[in-house]
Amino acid sequence: MINNYLITFLLAVPLVGALLLLLIKKDKENLVRYFGLFVSTLAFIISIIIYAGYDSSKGGFQLVEKQMWISNLHISYNVGVDGISLLLVLLTTFLTPLTLLSSWKSINKKVKEFTFFMLLLELGMLGVFVSLDLFLFYIFWEAMLIPMYFIIGIWGGPRRIYASIKFFLFTMFGSLLMLVAIVWLAVYASGTLGHFTTNLVELYSIAPTIPYGIQLWMFLAFALSFAIKVPIFPLHTWLPDAHVEAPTAGSVILAGVLLKMGTYGLLRFCLPLFPQAAIHFAPYISTLAIIGIIYGALVAMVQKDMKKLVAYSSVAHLGFVVLGIFAMTQESVQGAVIQMVNHGLSTGALFLLVGVIYDRMHTRLISDYGGIAKIVPVFATFFMVASLSSIGLPGLNGFVGEFLILLGTFKSPVLDSWWFAGFATSGVIFAAVYLLWLYQRVFFGEVKNPKVNELKDMNKREIFILSAIFVFIIWIGIYPSTFLKISETSTKKVIEQVFSPVNTGSK
Amino acid sequence: MTDPLIINLALMILFLPLLGFVVTLLLGKRIKAIYIFELFIIILTFIGAVALAFIKLNYYQNTDIVSQFTWINFGNVPLLGQTSIDLGFLIDNIAVLMMFVVALISMLVHIFSIAYMKGDKLYNRYFAYLGIFTFSMTGIVFTHNMLMIYIFWELVGLSSYLLIGFWYEKKSASDAGKKAFIVNRVGDLGMLAGILILYTTYHTFTFSQIFAQISAGHLPFNSEFWLTVTGILIFCGAIGKSAQFPLHVWLPDAMEGPTPVSALIHAATMVAAGVFLIVRVYPLLTGGALLFIAVIGMLSAFIPATIALTQNDIKKVLAYSTISQLGYMVMGLGVGAYKFAFFHLITHAFFKALLFLGAGSVIHAMHHEQDITKMGGLRKKMPLTYATFLIASLAISGIPLTSGFLSKDGILQGSFAFGSLTGYWIFGFVGFLVAMMTAFYMFRLLILTFHGKPKDQHKYDHVHESSFSMAMPLVVLAALSIFIWYTPNPFNPEQGAILSNWIKTPQLVTPQDTRYNFMKSDVPAGTVTSTVPENSEIMYSENYTEALHQAHIPAMLLSLVLAGLGILIAFIFYQWKKVDTDKLANSIKPLYNLSYNKWYFDEIYDAVFVGGTLFLSKILSWFDINIIDGIVNGSATLTRAVSTFTGKFDNLVVDGFVNFMAYLSGFVGLIFRRFQTGKVQTYIVFVVFSIVILLFIFK
Repeated sequence: MINNYLITFLLAVPLVGALLLLLIKKDKENLVRYFGLFVSTLAFIISIIIYAGYDSSKGGFQLVEKQMWISNLHISYNVGVDGISLLLVLLTTFLTPLTLLSSWKSINKKVKEFTFFMLLLELGMLGVFVSLDLFLFYIFWEAMLIPMYFIIGIWGGPRRIYASIKFFLFTMFGSLLMLVAIVWLAVYASGTLGHFTTNLVELYSIAPTIPYGIQLWMFLAFALSFAIKVPIFPLHTWLPDAHVEAPTAGSVILAGVLLKMGTYGLLRFCLPLFPQAAIHFAPYISTLAIIGIIYGALVAMVQKDMKKLVAYSSVAHLGFVVLGIFAMTQESVQGAVIQMVNHGLSTGALFLLVGVIYDRMHTRLISDYGGIAKIVPVFATFFMVASLSSIGLPGLNGFVGEFLILLGTFKSPVLDSWWFAGFATSGVIFAAVYLLWLYQRVFFGEVKNPKVNELKDMNKREIFILSAIFVFIIWIGIYPSTFLKISETSTKKVIEQVFSPVNTGSK
Repeated sequence: MTDPLIINLALMILFLPLLGFVVTLLLGKRIKAIYIFELFIIILTFIGAVALAFIKLNYYQNTDIVSQFTWINFGNVPLLGQTSIDLGFLIDNIAVLMMFVVALISMLVHIFSIAYMKGDKLYNRYFAYLGIFTFSMTGIVFTHNMLMIYIFWELVGLSSYLLIGFWYEKKSASDAGKKAFIVNRVGDLGMLAGILILYTTYHTFTFSQIFAQISAGHLPFNSEFWLTVTGILIFCGAIGKSAQFPLHVWLPDAMEGPTPVSALIHAATMVAAGVFLIVRVYPLLTGGALLFIAVIGMLSAFIPATIALTQNDIKKVLAYSTISQLGYMVMGLGVGAYKFAFFHLITHAFFKALLFLGAGSVIHAMHHEQDITKMGGLRKKMPLTYATFLIASLAISGIPLTSGFLSKDGILQGSFAFGSLTGYWIFGFVGFLVAMMTAFYMFRLLILTFHGKPKDQHKYDHVHESSFSMAMPLVVLAALSIFIWYTPNPFNPEQGAILSNWIKTPQLVTPQDTRYNFMKSDVPAGTVTSTVPENSEIMYSENYTEALHQAHIPAMLLSLVLAGLGILIAFIFYQWKKVDTDKLANSIKPLYNLSYNKWYFDEIYDAVFVGGTLFLSKILSWFDINIIDGIVNGSATLTRAVSTFTGKFDNLVVDGFVNFMAYLSGFVGLIFRRFQTGKVQTYIVFVVFSIVILLFIFK
């Protein structure tokens, strides 16, 4: 059955593509670009095939492939998708070709290396989402850092070295504790199952037996690592620096996909593996998430750099996702999953748009703009729709996610107070404030900086990239069922794992 | 029941303007005359709305048409026991009447704008925005559930934002657009919370299902208190959209938008959506919630009326007047005068749209002069505008033979009856006071603009009556401000079909003991059927009917006297100039300043909310850079300091020791090298010497 190798095939495409890329001569820059685009588009097509092959009504991990790797430790090459990871795989393979396309003109030094790292990055991200073995997951999790480190460090802005090292160390710091926890789990498994294992499905089965006291520590070790990635307040300060220094493509991938690895990790590992600990910590993490929602929005408001503003807005938006996950209701988790996709699309679009204008003006300072709506009307329209999507205007994608999350939070069994939903709802106002104010300062009013008079509106390539994203922004907004359906059985399963009778009994 | 003809008609009315928006927006750049398409669309929409109203009111007068479809299908994972979130239509008499008003005014504003907006750079885009507004407004009017109301609620907010800031190069315009959007969001926050409470309690967004469960005794958090809170939270949405106190501050600023837009959105239709929302959720409002609504309505009627007395910008006066009139409607709903409040929504929509379009006609003729102290004498140059403006002014002042007399009087009568039954006379009292102020400021406006001598001769010389496309809407709206369309008897609106047959007070579903005492049902609790009987009206007690009846004549006479008095004072002050108004203003300086400066709401809000938020943001930003990131960078610096130290330690101590040992062994070697002479004699001497020493030691 070809189906059994589909995911391996998906992983192989960027890997083989990256290796083949090395054979192309360095100075054939256009060939490199087309080749990179071809490879990433191929990966997208394969992920569509995976989507077609996935039966969302059944749920659970599907298209699973398992090969024993280190047999005496029961470490296996084990990959597969469920509805949650499938959505993120689709998001990754969808955004990667678009970011390559967006770098067509703006990346003109070391094009080959850039494309190489982008493909490796895609491999790392896909690997994280499809791994069903903790050891394999950890390898992808760490490996993914390296290409991102180089992308920021080589093609970044003036403070790129500081930013890339900060990014790298921050993430490494969290992962080490996670590694300890993974080893502990594997050892614990050998006591229960009779053999050492890092297989996720097997670990799920023994999760309820882990003593409560140890769950707490294990949960924290995993959660810290993911919290840094999300990032949850107050672990977020690497994000604005990384975003500001990264090239556009890096920012888009960073915001679009990398941050989701944190929330994905919380949902895939922290909740089902340590259910009682997750319930115990839910109010605390939700509190941090809500602080993040309000704090991120308020700090975003006074940023002078557009990219930094969008970066802080990510802290606020991801706060919603984390809240949704830890409210632990079907609505809120579904909302969180769709909101991960939404954030990837909306914030990805915003970063792309900031990149468009940066390519022309080489400044991201809000004060350098003003009154450009009439000079670049197409750009202004796109930016408006992206902002409105980020604000959560009904009819566009953001609303669906926020609404489901708030709905779920309101009736959450673990967040036993309406204050959580109450405060989170207020984030809805702030998002409108900082984005509309940004929009006003950049697009409205009179032209103050004479340079903007020569701005050229978006070209066909840029219009194509953003239109592709907007198709989904509107699609999700008007008919979210298409996407919600993919993950519904999977999110249901996660919640059942948390609240299964065994868990509540063994405390 | 459902009816395919009506539902298809409703769908057509809903989606035609959306089509108009998309086509006009996309082709606006390429095809100069594409706005004609949008005009064509809106005329079709209007015809559709007329047909819909005709069919509904004639053939289905007592039947509500409902149709629903699934929006989000949860398939095999039910949420809260529901397998789907349904959206749908509720076409009742209220909806078709409201739709008729929206479509008619929207069409007239389209026509008016042809001339008014001529020469604008973004002419086509303007018409596109009018299209999306009409679409969003229709969505609110036709929906049968809270979720869809919220969705379209935000969309009208968006179109309002786009149209207020239409001339975005003006800072004041883009500021006003932003302010409108954000202030509205504050209200929407409460509404959203209310909707979430309703959904988590009843697992549905559909009005009829929510009502049915409430009447079966199922309450949010099982408490009557929370039912009241929910009602108030939903009302928060209306406070924002209908610019009620204390969120009224955005509406005067919204006058930065083109004047026809002010007529359509910020006077006649969108701002009335708040009132429409209360109408839709009326059955679930407890007495406590209604009293809250009445108080907010009363304050919103009173405060802006006092502000309108002294404003000099023609549009600002009308804007404050709009808030005040909306306050009337809200207060009317709060005191139980449901029918009259909705009736006033309709009559007000026509005469207020007329006032704004009349103002637009004046502003257009005066080359964008809006200060009434610089106008005057326009009556002769613009007779048609003057005549229609006069009719509208009479209507809003509540003078007999106009539509405003009928509806406003009803609300005042209701407030009177409410006072006599509950002892809260304040609503009636304030209502009459506002009636007098309204008459005064409207005629002040009319006299300063159209009577007397021109203040700016140069501008006056260029003034001319507006063209057909601007004059025609004025005439239509003026005609609709006359009583005849609503009732054959100019002193009793209830003889007309609109109040006797079309608008029906809904059946309350709230628990008996939470209602006003005069709204209690005679049927004992528990025997009320679980589903809401369609079209059965609130069972007012007989006391109420009687009180209302008794209030009729006194209320009418009193309001007539007061309105007449207001008009008379306006004439004394401004026409005959018997009183020096400047002197008068000086003698009551603090009051005058309070009114002239709009009770300082903007200043206070700017300082507290805008300033406070910005201040907090700056502090947090500083905190983020210096404290949170400071810890991160500090720990990095610390790590480096430790590394430097260990590096030094490694170099000096650890390696120093190693080097010292090496040095030591070198030194030792240096000494011992002396012994290695290579001469046998020396060695023998050492050996012998050593043996002697050893012999001494070991004896």
